[in-house]
Amino acid sequence: MDSVLSWIGGGFVVAGVALSLLGAIGVLRFPDFYTRIHAASITDTGGASLVLLGLCLIAGLTLTTLKLVFVWVFVMLTTPVAANALANAAFSSGHKPRIGTFQIVRTDERRKTPRGPDAP
Amino acid sequence: MTALPSSFDVTLALDIVLLVMLLVVAGAVARTRSLLAAIIMFSVYSLISAVWLVVMDAPDVAFTEAVVGAGVSTIILLGAILLTRGEAERPDWRRLIAPALACIAVGGLLVFAAIGLPGLGDAASPANAYVGRAYLEATPKDIGMPNVVTAVLSSYRSFDTLGETTVIFAAGVGVALMLGFGPRASLAPPSAVIGDHHVVPRVAAKLLIPLVALFAFYVQFHGDLGAGGGFQAGVIMAAAIILHALVFGLRETMAAIPPRVARSLASLGVLLYAGIGVICMMNGGGFLDYDYLFPPSVEQQIPGWLLGDSEHAHHWGQHFGIMLIELGVLLTVSATMVTIFYGFGGRTVEAARQEAKQ
Repeated sequence: MDSVLSWIGGGFVVAGVALSLLGAIGVLRFPDFYTRIHAASITDTGGASLVLLGLCLIAGLTLTTLKLVFVWVFVMLTTPVAANALANAAFSSGHKPRIGTFQIVRTDERRKTPRGPDAP
Repeated sequence: MTALPSSFDVTLALDIVLLVMLLVVAGAVARTRSLLAAIIMFSVYSLISAVWLVVMDAPDVAFTEAVVGAGVSTIILLGAILLTRGEAERPDWRRLIAPALACIAVGGLLVFAAIGLPGLGDAASPANAYVGRAYLEATPKDIGMPNVVTAVLSSYRSFDTLGETTVIFAAGVGVALMLGFGPRASLAPPSAVIGDHHVVPRVAAKLLIPLVALFAFYVQFHGDLGAGGGFQAGVIMAAAIILHALVFGLRETMAAIPPRVARSLASLGVLLYAGIGVICMMNGGGFLDYDYLFPPSVEQQIPGWLLGDSEHAHHWGQHFGIMLIELGVLLTVSATMVTIFYGFGGRTVEAARQEAKQ
């Protein structure tokens, strides 16, 4: 039973790490600030939650699990609020989201054109 | 775990990954011209160092690094950047030659010295074989405390810790002498709440601040048993107060904790610490020798149920002494951090006011 639980927990940890990796790729690849912060915030919260859930399953019913739950509550309270504060600050200071069709620009071509204020 | 080859060392792999990340972040800090980005990356640098210290089994130090380096000092540097420009100019390369040579010389010396260091956790190294082992063996007998780090820090080496506390106090006094204790004129009341964009951080902060303060007390009073103590708890407490100021405004925080109270508590902490030492001397011991914290006449009056098992009975003075000096450290550290923050915050408010006038 214990080993089954720890295998499931390990699966959750790997899934959480994969989600965080996807978030990191999203931060690099998405076109503008708002989509990037969306990728960072959601995958960060979700990835951390999955990792903590996996660790809870591995730890079993101990004091460690309770501490992990506290960490989870803290993460759920802070990460979304930080993302909200960032997006809010960007919006209040007049940063416009990019609206329109998305064109994939090759990196070598992008380097030739100078970056404008609304360039990705 | 058996699937891994026996030569695969997880700690070594983590060390390498973390050190490479530290190197990359340090290079990015040196390259960037935006001071804001540099401050945020310094914060990242501190966080990675904290993780690395955990890997090296030094949770007490990691705690301090995470709270001070990644938390409070970032806020204070952000306060400083509001008073200056956000961009640094790229200096002429000829002016960089002398600093670069100095850096290379110091770095080379450090690498040269590091070659002579004993291996990490080497049982035969002088620190582990003599002093460290002596502390590990004597602590249960002398002090009766599970966390040897706290025992060494606040009992065996309490002179050093008194010095450190005084240094922090002196740093606070220095900043206050340069920047003042806060805004000199009274602060304007906050603007109307209609159209308030900051309602989400406000609600979250209301939930978080009590939890952070509670955690500070846990760290403070759990320092005998686990990682933590007065320094860490003091900075966490200061972080809770600074969070309050960031979200609700300097005016509200100054109403709750006036600058006068903050600076009084900072000096009271050092006074408490040194006063404990003097009390020990008055009872016939050395300075900060907690075994003499209570005169023998008092110690005989302590009821048996308070003493617990006989093994811990004669450590009563040690336990109380450490608790009191840790309280002094908590007061000084948290109040000094808040005083420094008030200093920067007051200047920021005045700078904004002058800009509005022009």
